[in-house]
Amino acid sequence: MAKPFLSIERLTQQFPDGAGGTLTVFENATFGVEKGEFVCILGHSGCGKSTIMNILAGLAEPTSGVVKMDGFEVSGPSLDRGVVFQNYSLLPWLSALKNVTFGVAARHKDWSKTQVEEHARKYLAQVGLEGDVVNRKPSQLSGGMRQRVSIARAFANQPKLLLLDEPFGALDALTRGTIQEELIKVWSQTEQTVFMITHDIDEAILLSDRILLMTNGPMARVAESVEITIPRPRNRTEIVEHPNYYAIRNHLVQFLGQRSKELAGQPSSGDDHRPETVRIDNSEPAPEESEPAVVPTLRAVGD
Amino acid sequence: MIRSLDLRSAMLSLLILVAGLFIWHATTHVPDTGPVGVVLSADQEQALLAKNMGAEDIAYYASQGVEFPQLDQIAGLGLSREMIDMAGGIRALGISVPDENSAPAPGSLFPSPAQIGVELWATITDPFYVAGTNDMGYGIQIGYSLLRVIIGYTLAAAVAIPLGFLIGMSPLAYRALDPYIQVLKPISPLAWMPIALFTIGDSELSSIFVIFICSVWPMLTNTAFGVASVRSDWINVARTHELGSLKTAITVILPAAAPTIITGMRISIGIAWLVIVAAEMLVGGTGIGYVVWNEWNGLRLDRMIVAILLIGVMGMLLDTLFARLQRAVSYTE
Repeated sequence: MAKPFLSIERLTQQFPDGAGGTLTVFENATFGVEKGEFVCILGHSGCGKSTIMNILAGLAEPTSGVVKMDGFEVSGPSLDRGVVFQNYSLLPWLSALKNVTFGVAARHKDWSKTQVEEHARKYLAQVGLEGDVVNRKPSQLSGGMRQRVSIARAFANQPKLLLLDEPFGALDALTRGTIQEELIKVWSQTEQTVFMITHDIDEAILLSDRILLMTNGPMARVAESVEITIPRPRNRTEIVEHPNYYAIRNHLVQFLGQRSKELAGQPSSGDDHRPETVRIDNSEPAPEESEPAVVPTLRAVGD
Repeated sequence: MIRSLDLRSAMLSLLILVAGLFIWHATTHVPDTGPVGVVLSADQEQALLAKNMGAEDIAYYASQGVEFPQLDQIAGLGLSREMIDMAGGIRALGISVPDENSAPAPGSLFPSPAQIGVELWATITDPFYVAGTNDMGYGIQIGYSLLRVIIGYTLAAAVAIPLGFLIGMSPLAYRALDPYIQVLKPISPLAWMPIALFTIGDSELSSIFVIFICSVWPMLTNTAFGVASVRSDWINVARTHELGSLKTAITVILPAAAPTIITGMRISIGIAWLVIVAAEMLVGGTGIGYVVWNEWNGLRLDRMIVAILLIGVMGMLLDTLFARLQRAVSYTE
């Protein structure tokens, strides 16, 4: 098996628990992400999603284990891994445009000022921010617009890996829908590799190629990797019609509601904790029957 | 609505000023009443009339405050008032009578607003005259004070802001330096004066040193606090964009902490302006603080009050400058 583009190998994170012992957030987590893939990670609060994200971003150090990207070990933050934070993390003293040029100028140190600005404006336009609005300060923008700026900043840098930490968590449902579609649009043009944390099952199905499911912490693990067998381009109103949509959704709900608890807290026996691949496809049942991974899934879906 | 609030507050301010000036005027004004008249008893008047002194002359001199014994002497001269005036007045004839200098004026010694106004006008119209080492225009004296403040303050900023960055960014530096800051900060700046005078020797440099030492602390602690409390998200933005420490400090931490740093600088300039007056009173020579002390020693309260007023106005201008600066660097999250 060829090494995936992004490979997380035996990642373990432990913190002192304040009583002399250690608290294991997750242990020996091992999984991969292919180039150009959009992967969401779903799990309850406290399962270590954000910790994994911070390690991938290089903002935190794992207790043990390595993250390799393109065959090289990741250490410390890098422009190759762009991050969109949940709280936007725009610099409030800079205008929307300057927030984006801040990133572009850091990436392309040899570019002229006009080049940088042109590039930034292009990406802002892609998320629907054009004209005078780009000269406003973040405090003068709505939550949705701020997150658009943040997404534009990340995409404008064309990182090899884009990390999205619950980017729509603070937005209302309507705004979230619009920006999700913009995100798909920008992503499909750039073919970025995206790794995203979310709490929203529908959002995950809409956006991702694959969903990683985490059990509850402590001792959490990435238990399943669910393929989203719904063809692209997808759109919020149409995917619900697809025969696989509710099958996948039910599987996810079942996992988060029940099995994430049942599977929680199992210490590793020293092996790698690899997620089990799950493929649910009702649209073309005939050729898929030989897939071995279907077996445990049918029980879980239950319909 | 806002305009009308502006107007109303301006009116109220003006009213307070007028009321204040009126009370000041009423309590310090010396009425131009002339000498207090003397009332003679019937016996005394009879005695004078018996010496052939005119009734009109008696009434005149009595109203000028001339007492009976002196009136008796005048009567003894046997001269009419006309002749006395021709001879050069009563005093020229060797009789002691009160004039405007011989009794304390009724009312207060404290200068009235009108007197201050006159001095103030003189200062404004000619602020830069030099008539001797102890008699220079207040413009020049304020300039001396301002120069000392600017030098001491700039040196303090050059030390405190970088050091504040270091303390704010490094927990090690914070813990190592904190005890010294805590002990040195509460020392009154003037308590450093003897040490400065002894070690530096020069009084000019000593007052600059005192300004330096009093300006350092608010800038240092505010910079450290501002830098330490920059949101970690913003630092993470810098980190994910591979900015080096210096670049992060300049492009992220400095603008993020700028409002807090400027607040510290504003507190410092206020303290420096308070301290320079006291320092100049101690070391003397030049400066607006010395002027206050000098005018007090010469009992020129009117000039002293003008100097005090100028200290207030100058302090306000310095504060306004930093308030502007603060507004320029502030941001809303």
